[in-house]
Amino acid sequence: MMKWLKANWFYLAVLAAALVLPLFITNRYYSQVITMSLLFAIGALSLNLIMGFTGQASLAHGGFFAIGAYGVAILTYTLGWNFWLALPASALLAGAVGFVVGLPALRTRGSYFAITTLCLGEIIYLIAGNWMELTGGHNGIVGIPVPSPIMIPGMGQLNFESQIPQYYLVLFFLLATLFVLYRLTKSLRGLTFLATAINEDLAEAVGINTFRTKLLSFVVANFFAGLAGGIYASLIGSISPSVASVAMTFNFLMYVLLGGITTLAGPIIGAFLIPVLLEYLQFLQDYQMILFGFLLIIVIIYFPTGFMGLYKKVSDKMKKSKVGAKRAAER
Amino acid sequence: MELFLQQVFNGIMLGSTYAIVALGLTMVFGILHVPNFAHGQMYMLGAYVCFFLITMFGFSYWPALAVSAVALALGGVILEVLVFKPVRNAGGITPFIAALGALIILENAVVVLWGPAGHRIPNPYPGIIDAFGITMSTQRLLVIGVAFLLIVLLQIFIKKTTLGSTIEAVAQNKEGATLVGINVNLVSAMTFAISTGLAAIAACLVAPIFMISPSMGSLVGMKAFVIVILGGLGSIPGAIVGGIILGLIEAIGGGYLSAAYKDVFGFGALVLILAIRPTGLFGKEIKGR
Repeated sequence: MMKWLKANWFYLAVLAAALVLPLFITNRYYSQVITMSLLFAIGALSLNLIMGFTGQASLAHGGFFAIGAYGVAILTYTLGWNFWLALPASALLAGAVGFVVGLPALRTRGSYFAITTLCLGEIIYLIAGNWMELTGGHNGIVGIPVPSPIMIPGMGQLNFESQIPQYYLVLFFLLATLFVLYRLTKSLRGLTFLATAINEDLAEAVGINTFRTKLLSFVVANFFAGLAGGIYASLIGSISPSVASVAMTFNFLMYVLLGGITTLAGPIIGAFLIPVLLEYLQFLQDYQMILFGFLLIIVIIYFPTGFMGLYKKVSDKMKKSKVGAKRAAER
Repeated sequence: MELFLQQVFNGIMLGSTYAIVALGLTMVFGILHVPNFAHGQMYMLGAYVCFFLITMFGFSYWPALAVSAVALALGGVILEVLVFKPVRNAGGITPFIAALGALIILENAVVVLWGPAGHRIPNPYPGIIDAFGITMSTQRLLVIGVAFLLIVLLQIFIKKTTLGSTIEAVAQNKEGATLVGINVNLVSAMTFAISTGLAAIAACLVAPIFMISPSMGSLVGMKAFVIVILGGLGSIPGAIVGGIILGLIEAIGGGYLSAAYKDVFGFGALVLILAIRPTGLFGKEIKGR
């Protein structure tokens, strides 16, 4: 137990900080920014599963986020379903669409897959903007209800009208996502994902069904993208086709890459740091995106593993110098 | 029947501009293996250069087109040296991401400098020709004519000149090309220059017909990728045929089925074709890419 605590104290500290954070953030605006960061972290984590751990750059991620968002919007607002039914239904829908679309798309590789999924994302965007009866066209859907209250035995009713419960709601789903992805990537199946990412032909040669592996990863990733989208629609209250836009996918991509691809912490750090950074860069306004473009190029050239890679490099160096110092002292 | 012919004409016009844009992309993507995702933005820049030359500096149409092509050819070299050269040996999607960075910079820089609104280049050839019951504006005929001229010139350059054949040599075998004394860096730069120069010409040709705006490049860039994959990586005939096919799919699909969904037909065709042939229509097996 002590050993476990010692090994994981840092993560526990982060968790504790996340749990008490709402007590310190009183500004409504910042609170909203942070809740959204957590929400986008779910989307970034799921993109990382397919792009990082499985090596397939899916650029339809915004599209699947949008399927979840439109799913919840239509089911709760138009059809009057309960949120807690609509959310899993929408996430499952995103996963199912991922399955159907993945069957042809995953036959392609590398850049081909990236472009195929980019086109799929664009198709979803165009449908969202043009299917008036279902999606409300370019005006989108306004007035989506917040998540329905839930009964907690012994504590009474918990409703999600205010920001603090919304924060914990998102935090809960982020932790759940993290838990599933942690178990998945650390399992034997997770290793087959990595094997497929590193060398698909070799993985196939040692008996891994790479197609099925990629498909599973794609479906799980899209399920969580849909989940994040569903929560987003309900918390924001209105959606438009822009949730399906390439810009949304690029945001997720940026969080994953700048945070650190193929790590579990990286996408969360990215999803957290970048919006905060943007808040500080508000004064740059129009130049913000240009700066981001430069940042993206510099990071991909000089720090291809993002923030987590940089962190690992520094900590490795520190460990080495510590070991060196110890050895010198022993002599 | 007349409607059909009209749509075919429009499709060929659209398709021939797609073909020129895709030609440039298939050269850098198929030959240098650089997925230049910012290709559409170079196309957009070409249109802007042309626009400013005409409206602010009083250039007439053809000189503006030529200057724009040269400017963008230089821009392509700069892009290659600053963005793609450092990631040339990095595998996977790294070059793709670098290109994405370039795309974001270019598109937003244009928004910041000249605003998000659209502009129109005055039409140099407003005349209209009626033939076989279809209406053809002179500018549209010109687009088709110049596109075919460019395609022929490019073919002659690559197949018949020493300089041009170095591009093919690098495409076939980089090490071998280096061994026989071909400067791979120079060939890369030249290929990029041709590629973005062609994109600029295509943009200048259609600019009098459509509006120009900062976002005009992203969809065209995406379509160019679709065409390149349809036609097979690095295949010049593939890019031409693919461009015309996509133009026809859009024009006929848009004319008969639904104008709002015309892009869905094009992208849907790509997904369908890749589902049947994962390496494209004329593509060869690709490895580890």
